[in-house]
Amino acid sequence: MVTIAPGIDEVRARTFPFPHRHFLNAADLDPVQVAGLLDLADGFVTLNRQMNKKVDLLKGRTLITLFFEASTRTQSSFELAGKRLGADVVNMSPRTSSISKGETLIDTAVTLNAMQPDILVVRHGSSGAASLLSQKVSCSVVNAGDGQHEHPTQALLDSLSMRRAFGHIDGLTVAICGDVLHSRVARSNVALLTMLGARVRVVGPPTLMPTDVARWGVEVCHDLKRGIAGADVVMMLRLQLERMQGALVPSMREYFRLWGLDREKLALAAPGVRVMHPGPMNRGVEIDSDVADDLDVSLIQDQVEMGVAVRMAVLTSLAARLDNR
Amino acid sequence: MSPRPIVFTNARLVDPASGYDGPGALLVEAGQIKEVHRGNDLPSVSPDMKLIDAAGALLCPGLVDLRVKTGEPGSEPKETLKSAARAAAAGGVTSIVVQPDTDPVIDDPAVADFILRRARDIGLVHVYPAGAATKGLRGKGMAEIGLLHEAGCVYVTDADRPIVDSRVMRRLLAYAGSLGTLVSHRPADPWLTEGASATESEFAGRMGLASEPVAAETIMLERDIALVRLTGSRLMVDQISAAEPLASLTRARGLGLPILATASINHLAFNELDIGDYRTFCKLIPPLRGEQDRMALIDALASGLVDIVVSAHAPAPPEDKRLPFDEAAPGAIGLQTLLPALLSLYHEGHAPLMRLIDAVTLSPARAIGSMAGRLTPGSPADLVLCDIDAPRIIDASTLVSKSKNSAFDGRRLQGTIRLTMVEGRIVYEAAA
Repeated sequence: MVTIAPGIDEVRARTFPFPHRHFLNAADLDPVQVAGLLDLADGFVTLNRQMNKKVDLLKGRTLITLFFEASTRTQSSFELAGKRLGADVVNMSPRTSSISKGETLIDTAVTLNAMQPDILVVRHGSSGAASLLSQKVSCSVVNAGDGQHEHPTQALLDSLSMRRAFGHIDGLTVAICGDVLHSRVARSNVALLTMLGARVRVVGPPTLMPTDVARWGVEVCHDLKRGIAGADVVMMLRLQLERMQGALVPSMREYFRLWGLDREKLALAAPGVRVMHPGPMNRGVEIDSDVADDLDVSLIQDQVEMGVAVRMAVLTSLAARLDNR
Repeated sequence: MSPRPIVFTNARLVDPASGYDGPGALLVEAGQIKEVHRGNDLPSVSPDMKLIDAAGALLCPGLVDLRVKTGEPGSEPKETLKSAARAAAAGGVTSIVVQPDTDPVIDDPAVADFILRRARDIGLVHVYPAGAATKGLRGKGMAEIGLLHEAGCVYVTDADRPIVDSRVMRRLLAYAGSLGTLVSHRPADPWLTEGASATESEFAGRMGLASEPVAAETIMLERDIALVRLTGSRLMVDQISAAEPLASLTRARGLGLPILATASINHLAFNELDIGDYRTFCKLIPPLRGEQDRMALIDALASGLVDIVVSAHAPAPPEDKRLPFDEAAPGAIGLQTLLPALLSLYHEGHAPLMRLIDAVTLSPARAIGSMAGRLTPGSPADLVLCDIDAPRIIDASTLVSKSKNSAFDGRRLQGTIRLTMVEGRIVYEAAA
């Protein structure tokens, strides 16, 4: 018999009626839902710092994580979230090479769906994959990253980290820097942060910017120094190293020189600036270790901690909508 | 034994060859149009004739669709020549040109022979092969264009694949031109389009889809125009899709260059937003463009800058379409929806009916040297009788094609095919 963590009643009091069956896009949320999720996640942060972290909000539920792309932190974060909530968790990482592409997604999902899971957490390399899957299964689907489209739980955990560091998000100047073009983290964060009233800048070379990004309601800047000037938060994005091939950027050393965050460039930001990174970091490419490891400045470890809490909040909110019979 | 003569009475005749749009009657005998009567004038009716009262419906030449893919030979689960021919008949399309990107490729007269023989056995609509422009569609060595032409290929093309090597394209144009063979080419810069599944825009950026700019089409079209100037040969621009390349085409026309252009019905009916929540039935080659491009394309069709409309019929079964957007096969079926979708441009007041009918009958027939596409005594009795006002909601599951990937699924259109005739034989008749 598992003893339930103390403080559960406080968390329970923070649950709220969540209107979505699936959790697919940050852009689908509204500010009230976001505030509700962040408040709930805050409660889980407290709970997660206790010795006994186990609660029964997902007791009897089955959670499957289906990751077609390799991931350590996101998959283990969802796994821990599910286990701490009392669900049975199964992790799947089908090797995309063994079966022909695409077949794996729908066929695997439909097969898994037949095993009656309650929530399916999916990551896939194609934009729209989670949405497609949600149309084919009867359980709730959580998007843990679809191609270059969205990674909504990442944006939520980023917002939670910022809200805890600054006390608010409204009015913050957030500079999202680097490879915005290929980044689902950037898309979800732009959607969420602009909704919450932050001033968002996207900063990077034109080759790594989406078409007409200025129409996303953000400022666009092609100079890192100007882009982070006066910023309260500097969010660095991971540069996929294969980008060197497609003539997007010339070399790692040039990238670091122009677009990498170091102490000197960071000095241009607002006093009390905090640095974020969705991980995994390329040290010496987009971020200098000196900055990444400075706990007075870096929120990177907080982000990982918030990740578990935010995912617990999302899973709890979805499970509350599931059939209870 | 030839079938009984047939008289259509009380029809609205629309004939792009003569420009006549008005009431009339038409006598079909021995597979040909025998007499055309305008106004209330009627042919002398004898008892052995079959009378069809058109009740005011549109009677025009059967459609000639220059860009159809089937799966035969090689991918019969997608579509066979027979299922495509049945879909064509049900759509009022009396001639189809099948693309050479089959397996094996139509780069050998034997494959063209096979298709023509199968089509004869099926006996529904006219089926013409388009030959490969280069061996194996690899864009390097020229295919046996002369032999393919003799075998009955009505033009040569590498279908969806652009011919990248400008020297090959130049020689192809020069060589084919000397034989009187039309070359069709889809203008697309291979590097700018690599990996793309949408048109480059704010929308595609938000969707996280790899995209190609319209400039990819313009760049290659400008090259092709320059090569037409160099060789003086005829070129058919396959599926022009945006305002910028249309400006290039206007300029080329101004120079008097022998360039024809086609547009697909999909690009006239849909824009980039129709891919919506990653709707793979609207994943096409070229990708659906912005609304301004669509409107420019409609204007170009209305003015005649774009000569021909094609269905770009490209069957794909669920296993190729029920995939994430970037992995899904491109293309949509279109044989059965071509005419009603085209008529919606008339109903919406975008283009005159005569021009629209011309773009799917006389213009494509002329491009391939066919005598069809006109209501002229002596020409083949390839006809379609269509109630152009009848409203309908397209239900893809009821379409005849083996694959049901219709971009028009769920769309409200006007126009019901009542009867399709090929060389005097009724090949399709709607249930009363």
